[in-house]
Amino acid sequence: MFSRAYRAAITIPPLLWVALFLLLPYALLFCYSFWSVSPAQMIVRSWTLNNYRELFRVNVYLQTLFRSMWIAARVTIFSLLLGYPLAYYLSFGAGVKKDFLYQLVIIPLWVSYLVRAYAWKTILGSDGVLNTLLQYVHLTSHPLNFLLYSPFAVVLTLTHIYTPFAFLPIYAALEHIPRNLIEASHDLGAPPLQTFRRVILPLSIPGVLAGATFAFVLSLGDFLAPLLLGGPSGIMISNIVVSLFGAAYNWPLGAAISFGMLVLVIGLLFLSERLEKKWSFR
Amino acid sequence: MELPMSSPNRSHWLPWHATLVFGFLYLPIVTLIVYSFNGSGVGGFPPRDFTLDWYRELFTDDAIWNSVLNSLFVAFAAVAIALALGIPAALALDRANFPGKALFRRLVLLPLILPGIITGLSLLMLFREGGMKLSLVTIILGHGTALISVATTEVFAGLQKLDRAQEEASLDLGANYWQTFWRVTLPNLRLSIIGAALLIFTLSMDEIAVSFFLIGRDNTLPLEIWGRLRRGITPEINAISTIIFVFSLAAIVTWYRLRARAEGRVEIAAELVEAAS
Repeated sequence: MFSRAYRAAITIPPLLWVALFLLLPYALLFCYSFWSVSPAQMIVRSWTLNNYRELFRVNVYLQTLFRSMWIAARVTIFSLLLGYPLAYYLSFGAGVKKDFLYQLVIIPLWVSYLVRAYAWKTILGSDGVLNTLLQYVHLTSHPLNFLLYSPFAVVLTLTHIYTPFAFLPIYAALEHIPRNLIEASHDLGAPPLQTFRRVILPLSIPGVLAGATFAFVLSLGDFLAPLLLGGPSGIMISNIVVSLFGAAYNWPLGAAISFGMLVLVIGLLFLSERLEKKWSFR
Repeated sequence: MELPMSSPNRSHWLPWHATLVFGFLYLPIVTLIVYSFNGSGVGGFPPRDFTLDWYRELFTDDAIWNSVLNSLFVAFAAVAIALALGIPAALALDRANFPGKALFRRLVLLPLILPGIITGLSLLMLFREGGMKLSLVTIILGHGTALISVATTEVFAGLQKLDRAQEEASLDLGANYWQTFWRVTLPNLRLSIIGAALLIFTLSMDEIAVSFFLIGRDNTLPLEIWGRLRRGITPEINAISTIIFVFSLAAIVTWYRLRARAEGRVEIAAELVEAAS
């Protein structure tokens, strides 16, 4: 139904743009990861595997990667623990308040990520809101110093940021469950918990997977919350990349780490897509 | 819908859990707002000495307002780029077959799900290899590119709901493709496009991970805030964040009113058709 000119006009500009500003940059990231830096701090464009060897030779890179994955895993679990029951309550129990409560989950997303991380900093600091509150009500006599500048602060902040992201796909999945399936299960005598385990939970798995992937991937690559609230023990893998692109000036090594992250993330996306497909045909 | 009494939705802990989660989600926002009026600065419980000093200070702070203007400029430009490419991309994905379609679809979505640092760095390398100086322009290119995904998905969803018969009628009645696009397709996608534009605008205003690597001399608002946070905490940041939050809320409310009215009209029309037939 469409002329060739029309088809060309809708396909060629986006294709060219995406090739130039997305495909080429990601390819460049790949290339850089095989280049090196000369002692005079020039980029040397000859191919070498040294950057990748370096990643496995120096412990700090893998250690930091594992710590980042552990932080991201905790963020994912907490986001699901907060997001799933909330989505369940909204979908099945909230009645007429449903739409209002849904908006209430969305609104925090309109406050800048950076500003919310900053707000947590003002809450958790040694003379922050929480510590002064605890002293005000005489629960503690000294400020608790472990609250800020720790992996705990990073996990808390990222959980705060990604809970709505975990919530949204789960809620969408729950809303799509045909209500007569639940009634059928009930009518056939299944107790509520069994209905949940055998009907609702399996049907919501694709939403859980989508939410979990989102929370894990985005918190894995975060570098602002660790810089702001993490302290030395909360450094994550992206912080190393940032310093390699800044003061440490080793773009190729930074590119190698980033490309490793890219592969890891795409692998995870692929895996979660496969799992989602598997679960949505049950 | 309401479920039978014995369903697990009657669990008593669920409302309490929801209350706790909402508390957790809103605690930092409430803190932010309350301490923007606090005379003795950020932190310290209970808040005391209500004051508007931080707002007064803010209004004479040129660096912040310059960064706000920069951010607005970047956001408008990013909306223009993302829509200019995202609308045709959605049409192409919906109606055309071309080589590399599957790859294209994935590639467009990638910046949304990848940590911003990867996209930011990759673009930094592109601009360096291309000999481009970092400036607001590079940030605009970064935001525009990363947010094509939003325009594409929103408009694609709109296209899926669109009734093709109108377009076919237009073509049958002798309009060419361009007239049909401008007079039938685009007006029908109005809501999706406005929604996408609002979303792209706010995401761009808030974006920091990509901008972090593409920044030249001029700061966007998030980067200006970031620079100040590195130097220490100041209630001015609470004040500017509160103002922006109020504006965002106003924008959401307007958008919902707008959409509710449009949807209401569709429903009324559907009822009329039903009544007539």
